[in-house]
Amino acid sequence: MQTIEQPTDTYNLPDANGRFGEFGGKYAPETLMAALTELEQAYDQAKNDVAFGRELHDLSRHYVGRPTPLYHAKKLSAELGGAQIYLKREDLAHTGAHKINNALGQALLAKRMGKQRIIAETGAGQHGVATATVCAMLGLECIVYMGEVDVHRQSLNVFRMKLLGARVEAVKSGGRTLKDAINEAIRDWVTNVETTFYIIGSVVGMHPYPMMVRDFQSVIGREARAQCIEQIGRLPDYIVACVGGGSNAMGIFHPFYHDRSVKLIGVEAGGAGIETGRHAAPLTAGTPGVLHGARSYLMQTADGQVMDTESISAGLDYPGVGPEHSYFKDSGRATYTSATDAQALEGFKLLCRAEGIIPALEPSHAMYTVSQLAPTLPQDAVIILNLSGRGDKDINTVAAVLGVEL
Amino acid sequence: MSRIAETFANLKREGATAIIPYVMCGDPDVATTLAVVPALIAGGADLVELGVPFSDPIAEGPTIQRAAERALASHTSLADCLGVAQQLRDQGVAAPLLLMGYYNPIHHYGIVRFAEHAAAAGVDGVIVPDLPPEEAEELTTALKAKELDLIFLLTPTSTDERITRVCKLASGFIYCVSLLGVTGARTEFSASVGSLVERIHQHTDLPIAIGFGISRPEHIAAASAIADGAVIGSALIDRLTAAPASDRANAGREYIAELKTAAQRLKPSPLEGRGLGEE
Repeated sequence: MQTIEQPTDTYNLPDANGRFGEFGGKYAPETLMAALTELEQAYDQAKNDVAFGRELHDLSRHYVGRPTPLYHAKKLSAELGGAQIYLKREDLAHTGAHKINNALGQALLAKRMGKQRIIAETGAGQHGVATATVCAMLGLECIVYMGEVDVHRQSLNVFRMKLLGARVEAVKSGGRTLKDAINEAIRDWVTNVETTFYIIGSVVGMHPYPMMVRDFQSVIGREARAQCIEQIGRLPDYIVACVGGGSNAMGIFHPFYHDRSVKLIGVEAGGAGIETGRHAAPLTAGTPGVLHGARSYLMQTADGQVMDTESISAGLDYPGVGPEHSYFKDSGRATYTSATDAQALEGFKLLCRAEGIIPALEPSHAMYTVSQLAPTLPQDAVIILNLSGRGDKDINTVAAVLGVEL
Repeated sequence: MSRIAETFANLKREGATAIIPYVMCGDPDVATTLAVVPALIAGGADLVELGVPFSDPIAEGPTIQRAAERALASHTSLADCLGVAQQLRDQGVAAPLLLMGYYNPIHHYGIVRFAEHAAAAGVDGVIVPDLPPEEAEELTTALKAKELDLIFLLTPTSTDERITRVCKLASGFIYCVSLLGVTGARTEFSASVGSLVERIHQHTDLPIAIGFGISRPEHIAAASAIADGAVIGSALIDRLTAAPASDRANAGREYIAELKTAAQRLKPSPLEGRGLGEE
């Protein structure tokens, strides 16, 4: 059995300028710069405040339902005939996805800063629902920007947000998906910066967001690491997670950063296929660029215009990616691959059938990659799949693709 | 002396405020831009901002968003915008030309290559609304090497510390954003902008131009009372878009001429007047 050592070397990125190597930064309009500095300072104080930590911890436990289980999927593992597969069950967190970890942390910070008006963007609607949920609980006003295309394909989540008291603004510019929702949320923030807190839903955007969202999501990896050691007495060999902006992946990857034996694999949305150009896989097929305040891998044209993306999964349908993932890619700490829409559907159906768990389409991409990886490994190898959300929201999409009328 | 500095110096002597129209290059095609810009100058424009279209213009309101979408529909690239500047110079346009656009297309083009090509095309300055001083070192250095100005924006939320920092880096002029929000015509001139202009003046002698929300002659008059220039973007684009395609250049010229009448600043005192060596 390998010995488990606590990390000794230090990883302290981002630096003072919000950089992860050559990625990240603060490419923001001047109007927001003072607010970003204020946010950075407020977050720094909150992070070191025992009372803030206790409130976050208590709500995570009693409201969100943490820790989420690490579940040994024995039947799935046996069916695939290779490595042992463990599922980190973020789908069992309140509201059905990991997004609540970050929404709760940022909403508590907003309250602490005295901001009563909350704005958020959402793709699949999971971050919007999570934000609307914590705003209802904390008594904050909530406005969610959502691309018009996503409003239609995730109508269940739109209704949930409205029930929770949020206002949903359908965004009609650009490709009318997540990227455009972020544009509109930034425009709102520029206009209402003095009264408003912008809860970004992924490890994207200008510093300090990628760092802050990572920290709030790292609870996933801290739990998974401890649970893995407790259940099998050692660290896993692989961790696999889907990557859109990359918050669930960064949340589970980060606490394993120093555990060099643990291989980290991110799975992007391959859409209709990387070779078709119709996908959402900037780490797989993009080049460095600047979008939404950070330098990171980006899907862009020869003229530096940001491309519209395509994916069956609204939550992965984004042309950019968190800057720390770009750093992980270039430094080799993580590797990134992709799964197409059709492959994600295979992963979706596999998990439904083999384990009685209906996953969201986002982690279904990672499920597919695991289904290909596991058979190549010995039976004592261990893979943790971050099951970032449950699939109820995707039932209509899946039914339509399968030609089933509901 | 750069074309920008010379233009502001001349206007100051004349007691006038600079009229700085913004048009989106390639909206809806490059030929339109090439026809409209000379007309704006004939109407009295002193400097011209050429917008570079971008897919994700986070500081723009609906008017300029739509303009960018139209320009992108006709595939207008940053290289095309540089071509527009070059052709305007070839046509004999002498006014300072500024490129205004988001950072990614410039980053993708290559910073040094962009600075070289912009200088060669006759561009005088560059405005990048998503490039604060924290991230501007590379572009500032490349533009300085070619004697081009990087114009920084300051806003009502800029702290004194930030104003100091920007003024140290800035050249050409300071773009003073009159309000919190995105671009777009407003009915009222922002009342709070005066105090911002005063704060900026404490840190620099550079000219100050006010932008965002300006649409009417009375806004120009109000800007003239406190600043050295006024930028007109969305309101101009609204006028151009509303006009028939064949009449856009005329519509632009008439609108700028109307605003120009309000651009006279308080007359210089007789003492100053004598100092200028007139007659």
